[in-house]
Amino acid sequence: MTDLLTRYESRDTLRFLTCGSVDDGKSTLIGRMLHDAGAVFDDQLDAARRATKKRGSFDGELDFSLLVDGLEAEREQGITIDVAWRYFSTPRRNFIIADTPGHLQYTRNMATGASHCNLAVILVDARLGVLPQTRRHAFIASLLGIRHLVVAVNKMDAVEWSQGRFDTIRADVSDFAARLQYSALEFVPLSAILGDNVVRRSERMPWYEGRPLLDLLENVHVASDENLIDFRLPVQIVLRSGASPRAYAGTIASGMVRAGDAVVALPSFRETRIASIHGPNGAIDEAHAPMAVAVTLTDEVDVSRGDLLAPPNNVPELVREIEAMVVWMSERPAARGGDYLLKQGTALVPATLAEVRYRTNVETLRREDAAALALNEIGRVRISASRTLAVDPYTRNRATGAFILIDRVTNETAGAGMIIARETAAHASAHRVSADAGSNVTASKGLVSREQKAALARQAPFVVWLTGLPRSGKSSIAYALEKALFDRGLLTEVLDGENLRLGISADLGFSLADRREAVRRAAEAAKLVCGIGAVPIVALVSPSKADRAAARSTLGDLPFVEIFCDAPLEVCEARDTKGLFTRARAGELQNVTGIDTPYERPENAELVLATDRESVEANVERVVEMLLGRGLVR
Amino acid sequence: MRRLTLSHLDELEAESIHIIREVAAELTSPVMLYSIGKDSGAMLHLARKAFAPALVPFPLLHVDTTWKFRAMIEFRDRMAAEAGVELLVWTNQDGVRDGATPFSLGTQRYTHVMKTVALRQALDHYGFDAAFGGARRDEEKSRAKERVFSFRDRDHQWDPKNQRPELWNLYNGRTRKGESIRVFPLSNWTELDVWLYVHRESIPIVPLYLAAPRPVVRRDGALIMVDDERMPLETGETPETLRVRFRTLGCYPLTGAIKSDADTVPKIIEEMLASRQSERQGRIIDFDEAGSMEEKKREGYF
Ligand SMILES: Nc1nc2c(ncn2[C@@H]2O[C@H](COP(=O)(O)OP(=O)(O)O)[C@@H](O)[C@H]2O)c(=O)[nH]1
Repeated sequence: MTDLLTRYESRDTLRFLTCGSVDDGKSTLIGRMLHDAGAVFDDQLDAARRATKKRGSFDGELDFSLLVDGLEAEREQGITIDVAWRYFSTPRRNFIIADTPGHLQYTRNMATGASHCNLAVILVDARLGVLPQTRRHAFIASLLGIRHLVVAVNKMDAVEWSQGRFDTIRADVSDFAARLQYSALEFVPLSAILGDNVVRRSERMPWYEGRPLLDLLENVHVASDENLIDFRLPVQIVLRSGASPRAYAGTIASGMVRAGDAVVALPSFRETRIASIHGPNGAIDEAHAPMAVAVTLTDEVDVSRGDLLAPPNNVPELVREIEAMVVWMSERPAARGGDYLLKQGTALVPATLAEVRYRTNVETLRREDAAALALNEIGRVRISASRTLAVDPYTRNRATGAFILIDRVTNETAGAGMIIARETAAHASAHRVSADAGSNVTASKGLVSREQKAALARQAPFVVWLTGLPRSGKSSIAYALEKALFDRGLLTEVLDGENLRLGISADLGFSLADRREAVRRAAEAAKLVCGIGAVPIVALVSPSKADRAAARSTLGDLPFVEIFCDAPLEVCEARDTKGLFTRARAGELQNVTGIDTPYERPENAELVLATDRESVEANVERVVEMLLGRGLVR
Repeated sequence: MRRLTLSHLDELEAESIHIIREVAAELTSPVMLYSIGKDSGAMLHLARKAFAPALVPFPLLHVDTTWKFRAMIEFRDRMAAEAGVELLVWTNQDGVRDGATPFSLGTQRYTHVMKTVALRQALDHYGFDAAFGGARRDEEKSRAKERVFSFRDRDHQWDPKNQRPELWNLYNGRTRKGESIRVFPLSNWTELDVWLYVHRESIPIVPLYLAAPRPVVRRDGALIMVDDERMPLETGETPETLRVRFRTLGCYPLTGAIKSDADTVPKIIEEMLASRQSERQGRIIDFDEAGSMEEKKREGYF
């Protein structure tokens, strides 16, 4: 008996998620696994046998799916089921399955289930192959921080145990999973109905050299997912007992701590030391995540629920503005200005949704402009909290990087959030003007005027701004134009969008906000070039009319010629040697102008070049003609 | 290298303690429903750990149908005293006055009056906004979907359409006046987990769990113990003395015993591991009709 306890105690626990579309065979698979692992009682088995007979639709004595309660009935009754939990154990491991229904509420349910799990099993029907749902499931699990993905290719019996079919599915999934955050990706060909490769190795698929599903689940190593480095203890409750010192109770979110360790209380930043640690069985010298402990401190510091203890040399970020991905779970959409209570760790603070940055299309993984997020949508938001919070990026620490938003009117849990690292966040918010930007700064005037410099350079600066789709010919024209102007004795500088992104705008992405910032920087750079009397030739997609107008106004009274390189998308795509469009079409790249972000054609360009029909030389000639005509070039 | 992972039981223990502390910190007036069974015993044990060295900061509530096994009542009073926790006992006096017994009303109606209604009365009387229950998700298929925090409206109704998603360990305990939550800290425990924990921690249990010679009658395929003289015997029924024990404890006329020689916790565990029957076999309440748990839950039964 003590033996049994010791054996049981030496097992660890794997919490895993199962997801699949309706009819992929998820219930059958779970039922089969529980059955073959010996986790089903006789009375349950009898009940399932009787039910199988009663239904009569199943040819076989036992429909394994009836061993687990289907989730469909509840849906029909309108009951909101997030997750059905199943428990079983083998001599090696204890398992907790978070089974999520595959219907409409999938996003909310999957996110909920995934937040508790370290591994996801995604079912794919061998006959149907990879469906949009498969991508969706893989994306959501990855977003929620799951790093181990097992793809169960089910119904192999229905495809004659075909290795080719399995390989195709494996290649398809691997392809898009590569863009997600998985550290381990495994594939098992199986038949839930017949039991092949579920618990027992299949003899009908000798070509498969891997383990059966259960074997794999028993052996996968997930402990490395835990954050053992950053000690974080969110204070849950303060315990007072007679004369003994106050104890701060909480569940260690990550890392470990020893008695005597220096800690800071956040957000107050008061420094102190751990005097003692009480575990569930009394005083201990050290403790680690996810233990529930109570600690006493050497100093009388003011610490209360919602505060966090961390090592002084490794503190989380202290923020009031949070950048995060959120999964929306409420019928009341998430929109700017929404009032919520934000719960993160043990802190519960009023917060406002400051901005919806974009929505992620869970099937294509593309970003879409959105003013609001509806139920079951996922997107990027900025949130202002009314108090300072101690947070870590979710990818580093699931416990301190996660939060929920509670609707202040209905009290429902409206959203689940995952905090994005500050540096990453800074990129997207670069266009944001800091609160103190520009204060106490006034423009200084030099002693040499622009006209004087122009006279010295024997040329008067102006700006050429080439806009158009990617691969529409902007760069080619820019460089050819530079050569033509050089030949006429003019000093120029090409500001090529792609080059700028390697330097001055290396921190920017392709969201609308980042693009706006890229345009702003190009315009400012053009101004500096003009300042030394040279002619900037800007070649930038600059798809937004408003952004181009802003650039024009940045350049003030300098002559500004906007040239539209007009080539149809098909032509640009055909010319694409760098695979930009191909990858965008495959869903691998987001925010590619012309594919998933719009290009706004200029209406008042100084010149429109048909870059699909005319040669570069001919087009450059037209530009030079125009510049001559305007007296900008002599 | 040192192991920085927790054993399965330690992990469950930590999770339950977290839940219990969370409720104590966020809710105004919690109570722990104490049904005297092994699950309640484990739950009380966890509550004591959660607040040590301080005392459990909320009372225990036992809804007494007056048909509990006598051994349970003695045990209850002793455990509460030992833990230094206030014990509240509530009986639906209307039911007693109307003569509600399992025999006069039938199990369903009786359970409704003496358990469900009684519980509502008690919660209203004391104004509790949170009540801990020892239910586990592995007990029964329909429980598999139950949340840790289960919401009840002003009428204690479980509104199936209005339950909150639960992510990470971030529980949403917001309630408005009159609303309440039922909290299940043992949600993720299995029957085996509870027994192993009872064993590991030497948690006291009611002796009825252990095999002993007891007077029983056979009724509807179940062995029912004749715990006191109130039990009406049907014609042809004569109590016989068998070596039996109980897998779950409730009202004695509604709880089936199993023949067993397991008279220690380790033996119970061994027997359970060898058993091919689920725990609810002995609970007559489930046999009433399919989906009956779902119904009862809506009405406010645990
Ligand atoms: N041929 C074949 N059919 C299967 C297999 N697994 C499940 N099915 C069938 O697929 C259908 C859906 O199964 P079910 O488990 O209810 O799917 P769920 O909706 O994903 O839970 C049922 O008709 C099953 O009998 C399998 O391995 N092979």
